[in-house]
Amino acid sequence: MTPVLDSLAAVGRAVIGACRATGALALFALSGLSHLVRPPFYGRMFLRALLDIGYFSLPVVALTALFTGMVLALQSYTGFARFSAEGAVASVVVLSVTRELGPVLAGLMVAGRVGAAMAAELGTMRVTDQIDALTTLSTNPMKYLVAPRLLAATVALPLLVVVADILGVLGGYIIGTLKLGFNASEYLAHTMDFVQTQDVVSGLAKAAVFGFLIALMGCFRGYNSRGGAQGVGAATTAAVVSASILILAFDYVLTELFFSR
Amino acid sequence: MSGDVPKIRVRGLRKAFGAKRVLDGVDLDVPAGTSLVVIGGSGTGKSVLLKCILGLIVPDDGVIEIDGRDVLRLPRAEAEAVRAKIGMLFQNGALFDSLPVWENVAFGPLAQRRVTRTQARAQAAEFLGMVGLAASVGDLSPAELSGGMQKRVALARAIAARPEILFFDEPTTGLDPIMGAVIDGLIVDCVKRLGSTAVAITHDMASARRIGDRAAMLSHGRIVWDGPAASLMDSGNAEVDQFTHGRREGPIQMELRR
Repeated sequence: MTPVLDSLAAVGRAVIGACRATGALALFALSGLSHLVRPPFYGRMFLRALLDIGYFSLPVVALTALFTGMVLALQSYTGFARFSAEGAVASVVVLSVTRELGPVLAGLMVAGRVGAAMAAELGTMRVTDQIDALTTLSTNPMKYLVAPRLLAATVALPLLVVVADILGVLGGYIIGTLKLGFNASEYLAHTMDFVQTQDVVSGLAKAAVFGFLIALMGCFRGYNSRGGAQGVGAATTAAVVSASILILAFDYVLTELFFSR
Repeated sequence: MSGDVPKIRVRGLRKAFGAKRVLDGVDLDVPAGTSLVVIGGSGTGKSVLLKCILGLIVPDDGVIEIDGRDVLRLPRAEAEAVRAKIGMLFQNGALFDSLPVWENVAFGPLAQRRVTRTQARAQAAEFLGMVGLAASVGDLSPAELSGGMQKRVALARAIAARPEILFFDEPTTGLDPIMGAVIDGLIVDCVKRLGSTAVAITHDMASARRIGDRAAMLSHGRIVWDGPAASLMDSGNAEVDQFTHGRREGPIQMELRR
């Protein structure tokens, strides 16, 4: 009986641990959100985070989107050519980029760049007592460190995705017109004919959710990191991995929500 | 407040981390305007004691009164207001490395929006002067400062809000003896100038005698001795004598294996 009980105990411990971690994350998120609507507000911290997340992520997001659009045009052309549907390239590029690839790839790139940086910064602040120091200076760390980052990431990601959408479509246009021989005005007309407001808006809404998740995981892992440099490193890795998985999981949930009829 | 009420009163404070009982019924009084030094071996809970009073760690049981008000049983906002009377100098300085020195020093008043940034900068220069640093240091980043300068900046930050109570967590750790004496001198000077009540924890006996009016020893989760800091080296208490003279033999047995 003992091995069976031991196995059950291990499963029980894992379940309890998972519930505890989920509960802690949910409480952390609620606390961060509640500080967004209760003064004092730290505008400088918000603007700094917005600059860091939005402006400094522009190059990486722009390059990712541009090359993705180019590859997409090339791949869809060679695939569709097998059943003489090359004309659908422009519509496939614009729908893929606006609905899926723009928000998801921008989210993953920002998770790698910004989520890791947030976890490392807050983790270092935790292990060097800087977060405790904030408390002793009558400043709530959730309000000063976490809430501005949550808001900034939620605002910045949709803005980045607008850029990603434009550059992704541009990448497809460049390959379509310069390499695949499409007529430039026809390519653009196809693009505009097929894309609808909902395609773009749903992508931007996804981006806002992804931005929130990236900041949430970066702040949560960093804020709760323990054990010196190793702990900060582990928090950074966990922040990127968990944010990436959550982005993909929520992408499915949101797609169901927006497009299933 | 009545003069009989200690500035800080701790009774029956208990805190355990898992099976390890760190504080096991700490009783402590710190009268207003005095400086108390808490000594004790590594891992005996000195920092935990300070963090419990500061509200950074929630104790399992006990009473912590500041000016006669039990901060563990007050509503959160009121407890925060009472604890706002405390300034803290952390062991490693804990300066915000994303901010220049002057913003570190003026952080409290700026965050509470009591001053404009121009006023805060002038205040920071004043407090930097109090700890013997030039105003030009304010433009540097904490990473550009030596250990001694970082401690001074951290001291300036701790006193910038003119707190009624000051905590010092091993203020001379990592400093050479001369710089340690300089920091101790600044601490004594600042505490006197502000009329604050001070609690310091340290392993440094010279520092303890320079900073403290009184001293208390924490061992096995309790205060085992309390007396004048001047009598630390000849207290008559076996544990204190072993600790202050650094003897291997005595009632304190170090856990060399865990």
